Amino acid sequence: MVLFFQQLVNGIMLGAAYSLVALGLTLIYGILHIPNFAHGHKYMWAAFTSLFLVVNFHTNYWVSLVIAMVVLGLVGAGVERLVYRPLRDVPHINSFIAAIGLLLALESLSLIFWGADFRRFPTLYDTPIHIFGVAITLQRLLVIVAAALFIVLLQVFIKRTWLGATIEAVAQNPEGAQLVGISIDRVSSLTFGIGTALAAAAATLIAPIFLVYPTMGGMPNLKAFVVIIIGGMGSIPGAVIGGFMLGLIEALGGGYISTDYKDLFAFGALVTFLTLRPMGLFGKGVR
Amino acid sequence: MNRRVGKWITLAIVVIAIIIPQVVTNKYYMNILIMSGIWSIVALSLNLILGYTGQVNLAHGAFFGIGAYASALMMLKLNMNFWLALPLAAAVAGVFGFLIGLPALRTRGSYFAIGTLCFNIIVTLIVDRWEGLTEGARGLMGIPGAASIPLPWGGEIVFKTMASQYYLVLFFLVLTIFVLRRIMQSLVGRTFRAIRGNEELAEAVGIHAMRAKLLSFTVSCFFAGVGGVLYASYIGFLSPEITDYHVSFDALIYVMIGGIGTIVGPIIGTLLFVTIPETLQVAAEFRLLLYGLILIVMIIYLPRGIVGWVKDLRGRKRKQEAVWGQS
Amino acid sequence: MGAILTVQGLTRFFGGLAAVTDLSFEVQSGEILSLIGPNGAGKTTVFNLITGTLLPSRGKVLFQGHEITGSRPYESIALGIARTFQTTSLFYDETVADNLIVGFRCRTRMGLWDAVLQTGRCREDERRCRQKAEEILDFIGLGERASELARNIPQESQKRLAIALALITEPKLLLLDEPMGGLTEEENIGMMAVIQKVRARGISILLIEHKMKIVMNISDRIVVINYGEKIAEGPPQEVGNNSAVIEAYLGAGYAKT
Repeated sequence: MVLFFQQLVNGIMLGAAYSLVALGLTLIYGILHIPNFAHGHKYMWAAFTSLFLVVNFHTNYWVSLVIAMVVLGLVGAGVERLVYRPLRDVPHINSFIAAIGLLLALESLSLIFWGADFRRFPTLYDTPIHIFGVAITLQRLLVIVAAALFIVLLQVFIKRTWLGATIEAVAQNPEGAQLVGISIDRVSSLTFGIGTALAAAAATLIAPIFLVYPTMGGMPNLKAFVVIIIGGMGSIPGAVIGGFMLGLIEALGGGYISTDYKDLFAFGALVTFLTLRPMGLFGKGVR
Repeated sequence: MNRRVGKWITLAIVVIAIIIPQVVTNKYYMNILIMSGIWSIVALSLNLILGYTGQVNLAHGAFFGIGAYASALMMLKLNMNFWLALPLAAAVAGVFGFLIGLPALRTRGSYFAIGTLCFNIIVTLIVDRWEGLTEGARGLMGIPGAASIPLPWGGEIVFKTMASQYYLVLFFLVLTIFVLRRIMQSLVGRTFRAIRGNEELAEAVGIHAMRAKLLSFTVSCFFAGVGGVLYASYIGFLSPEITDYHVSFDALIYVMIGGIGTIVGPIIGTLLFVTIPETLQVAAEFRLLLYGLILIVMIIYLPRGIVGWVKDLRGRKRKQEAVWGQS
Repeated sequence: MGAILTVQGLTRFFGGLAAVTDLSFEVQSGEILSLIGPNGAGKTTVFNLITGTLLPSRGKVLFQGHEITGSRPYESIALGIARTFQTTSLFYDETVADNLIVGFRCRTRMGLWDAVLQTGRCREDERRCRQKAEEILDFIGLGERASELARNIPQESQKRLAIALALITEPKLLLLDEPMGGLTEEENIGMMAVIQKVRARGISILLIEHKMKIVMNISDRIVVINYGEKIAEGPPQEVGNNSAVIEAYLGAGYAKT
């Protein structure tokens, strides 16, 4: 029974992390209608950025989180401007290819700068606390709390601010948005920036729990895609619910069935959804 | 290009390809040529589903790997002869392609790309973890090369030298080009192009899109398997990395940079990317960086690859077609 | 000769909104029936329901007496129903000839092995495709443009090509969705002649069109729908004088009492 709760808590933490990464991805997909394959590698760069700040400049953990978000947000906006914007009006396949090129470039740059070693992120929050017999480190708890906070903030931003409204407008109807004077260029850059910043937050929150290394972005990237397919591409509630669903499936499956094959659950879930309900939980159907 | 000139150039290339091993004896260069040949088969097969039918398949490496592992296991554990294992293993890859295609091809665009990518990951994971079958991360060793072929008048063709292995690969490369070209230029190929161009319209003129996509995908995976078998027997050793999605990305790069939707394009792309890194002799990371940047630049400015660019320079009006002859 | 197409009680909901409600009409074999109505009346939806792009929520579609409700678009072609689209849909990166050649694919039987082995069936099918493409090009008047890219030809030729593409599938019933959209007066007359030529071949036509002069001129009968419901049906003269129709198009003040 304790095992169940332990895995439940793990699942919620994983879910929080996945949701945060997937949120950025789904926001970007809503605007650009292409999956940003390089998302996970920006996530990886965020982790390295905060690691760098904390280790070399002894920056406060939370400050470095904010800085990482800002830096990667700018990188995201820059990438949109330089790479994706020129490809806006051509077939989507070209954007996939560009994303793959970006992924390779980011990964190799990381290898060049930081080397292939696995690094540990020093943290102040790794003492475990015990709640109802379940052990959880403060860091993990922080992930859940921070993720929830970001999700709420994002909802507020989208629904209550003017900038957020412009993002929704462009996502729903780009032509209509242009007709009322919204600049698609600006909104695209903004969305990309915000989406990447969210991933950066997730990265910095998670980095102390797992290790930091140049290829660390690959798996979260794919899992984030699984999440948004389960939840429905472009849907924010979908990303959150899908994220938690995936986190739970993985934790419980990994705990009870097999740790060796635990990554398979994610992809098994994906195949199931693609077969039975390709538009995801909150996407729209056809015919 | 003038059709007659085209035919002479083809002939010249064929002649050169045949006499190369007699002239080049350096093992290093021969190795590059053989690997280029193998990867060309992989790139050409990806081109069928990607360039011709317009579906972004990111699992090609998995099928390459399936073909490689299937033939290796057949030869090692079932003591099968290479010449039997090759078509069988390729068929295994094709069958997997069909089975994966059934659910995957019901999706489109981004969903299909991600779905295939995830399938690729599943395959790599399974190959890595199922040690009982594949020896996992330790890898399979001692995979036999092509078995000798007895000749009716006594004696046999042996595949021990570099030159003979080169000819083996060249044979299958030519066979692949021959078969794929016939498919692409036929009504079947036109059906694929119609789906790439406008799938809704294709269905509106009576084309069963799902069936055509499945066919294209299965054939594509079959030939990826052929490449895999040749690789396994040439290198003699396999590890799970060979099924990894980086292989899929590599194949994608060769096709896109060389020229999508053409016969020559993937071959040129493969040659470039297999030979140039060897001559550059820089660390792997820098090469990877270069690939990434080249890919980004090319897809923005030269989306139809080198061959596409050359064709544009010649003021060709048609977009996608095989270089030698068309309707 | 009897009805070639029968639509019975056809209804389609999108969420809570009924796009088409209880629509019934027949297309007689060999006639030109026009489907008209104000913008948003549901005309293209009706086409989609007939060809199977959309599933009806209720109702039936019968072709030559057999029920075909819900068959998919490529099945409709096999039965003998072809259509064009309101926004011209072509294979833009192919030549005019190549567009048509692949259009005839549905009437060929060759498969993968035929292609690889270049069997007799393969060569025969390809020959038939080219021959048929030439024939249709002549019929529709695009012979001169055969090797031009579909994206480079003028709009009127594109509209003709779209019709040719539907024609090459050898349909018995042709659904034309605003074939004259965006054409000039002169081009309209040319297109009208094409449509009449098609009918002369024995092909029944169901036509959606906004240009009233053309519709009155060319139709044997007209069905008028508004808000997804049929409000009138009959020969052009009758429909033209129908007060409900006038009200639908021009507003209540114009209806004759």
